Amino acid sequence: MKKSTATATAAHPASVTIDGLHKSYGSLDVLKGISLDVQPGEVVCLIGPSGSGKSTLLRCVNLLETPQRGRIQIGDVEVTDPDVDIDAVRRRVGMVFQQFNLFPNMSVLKNLTVAQRKVLGRSESAARQTALHNLERVGLADKADSAPAQLSGGQQQRVAIARALSMDPELMLFDEPTSALDPETVGDVLSIMRDLAKEGMTMLVVTHEMAFARDVADRVVFMDGGVVVEEGLARDVIGAPQHQRTQTFLSRVLNPTQVHTPES
Amino acid sequence: MAMTARQRARISRGVQYGLLVVIVVALVFIADWNTLISRALNPSVMAQQFPQIITVALKNTLIYTALGFVAGMSGGILLALMRLSSVAPYRWIATLYIELFRGVPAVLVFLALGFGVPLAFQVRFNNLVTVMLALGLVSAAYIAESLRAGLQAVPKGQYEAARSLGMSHARAMVTIIIPQALRIVLPPLTNEVILLAKDSSLVYLLGMTVAQYELTKFGREAISGTGAGLTPLVLAGVCYLIITVPLGLLARYFETRADARSARK
Ligand SMILES: Nc1ncnc2c1ncn2[C@@H]1O[C@H](COP(=O)(O)OP(=O)(O)O)[C@@H](O)[C@H]1O
Ligand SMILES: [Mg+2]
Repeated sequence: MKKSTATATAAHPASVTIDGLHKSYGSLDVLKGISLDVQPGEVVCLIGPSGSGKSTLLRCVNLLETPQRGRIQIGDVEVTDPDVDIDAVRRRVGMVFQQFNLFPNMSVLKNLTVAQRKVLGRSESAARQTALHNLERVGLADKADSAPAQLSGGQQQRVAIARALSMDPELMLFDEPTSALDPETVGDVLSIMRDLAKEGMTMLVVTHEMAFARDVADRVVFMDGGVVVEEGLARDVIGAPQHQRTQTFLSRVLNPTQVHTPES
Repeated sequence: MAMTARQRARISRGVQYGLLVVIVVALVFIADWNTLISRALNPSVMAQQFPQIITVALKNTLIYTALGFVAGMSGGILLALMRLSSVAPYRWIATLYIELFRGVPAVLVFLALGFGVPLAFQVRFNNLVTVMLALGLVSAAYIAESLRAGLQAVPKGQYEAARSLGMSHARAMVTIIIPQALRIVLPPLTNEVILLAKDSSLVYLLGMTVAQYELTKFGREAISGTGAGLTPLVLAGVCYLIITVPLGLLARYFETRADARSARK
């Protein structure tokens, strides 16, 4: 991993600007006016209780969900413009899911090359070379010919990261990438994300791994009930949260075994 | 005396086997074997059937089945995509079609295409086209339902992952979703081929040249010959089994493979 750092650096990390974003499902308001700026190369962690709209926010950024109101801009492209080429937007944005979503009927290598071939129109040999390079980045070069089902959860998630990286994204979205993993494999995935952050990738990460958020994130955003309650430097939000809701959430996540007295 | 459930089950099974043996033996004794063999399993009549029963009849049955399957598969894919479309009228049309052609006997479809359509539109298809259309129209409805179930069985995350990699809807369907759905629908599709092989016998309704005879028509013509008895039909039946039994085994193999795959998950 050390030797490839120079070539692995995100070519043009993009900024993200989210402004007044609203999303509802029927009468259920899930996002109630979210605004958020992410600088190129910045790592922002989204934390918050389940159901607070973190996944929905992330999925709006690559248009897996269509927001009703508000703007999202990635680099200089406004992705909420109704005339935008959705596929072109998604080509620049890598997404890593909680459930990996590897293609089970394809080898690991094919998982990494199929979109390069069909979407970017790369040659077989170029796609293969990029794929092998990214498998090496995630420490799985020897698994190129394996089937996803033969890999552990942690390995599958690393393949999913390598698959996204093979498209040379300018922005990476992670939706609870370690939540479905056995505890002993979480560290490998987080360390790859840490490397990626160091290499200058713009990253928007939904996570419950507070140690990762504290150490790696430039900023932490705490969401609850579809709004941003608090945001700031990672050490401030996690170390000295200002809002009651943030404090309650963090004490639950950081001391899950402790009995909590209900607070207002 | 008290019996365990297992003992009781074993005794009950023994009784059932015994009964089965008695019935078979009784049938063997009651049957008039000499007449039966001379009328239904007559070796000299069988010999007369070759080689045409293979080179013409079996071959034509296979051709009609294959044509029907190609047409049914094309129509079925289209209908399944329409059923899953976000455009409501597509869904209505597909649902209407599927209900109509699943509910009407294949015989009527053959008659409609063979006689109704020529009357109505002053066109006359050649038999191959009629067979292909009739079998295709009927099987498309069943195939569409199998495909729809298969497409819906592919987890939503697969589609989202494909789209997130920049694939268009069509690209994601063709490259990622449909190949996975096909694995799921291989067993029902194989069963559909078995049904098609049998339904292809309905071509006899259309009036054919000798070279177009398939197994059933070939057998029916042969029994109307002098003294042929039922042997040609028995032989035709055996030929159908030659097609359908391996397909049945194949369907079962696909099923166990699919089970093994989902068990591994
Ligand atoms: N497709 C959908 N249809 C209806 N409600 C949804 C849908 N997706 C999410 N929701 C609802 O939106 C809310 C926020 O969900 P989500 O963004 O997944 O929260 P989080 O990721 O923070 O746990 C939840 O109440 C959830 O039930
Ligand atoms: Mg979520």
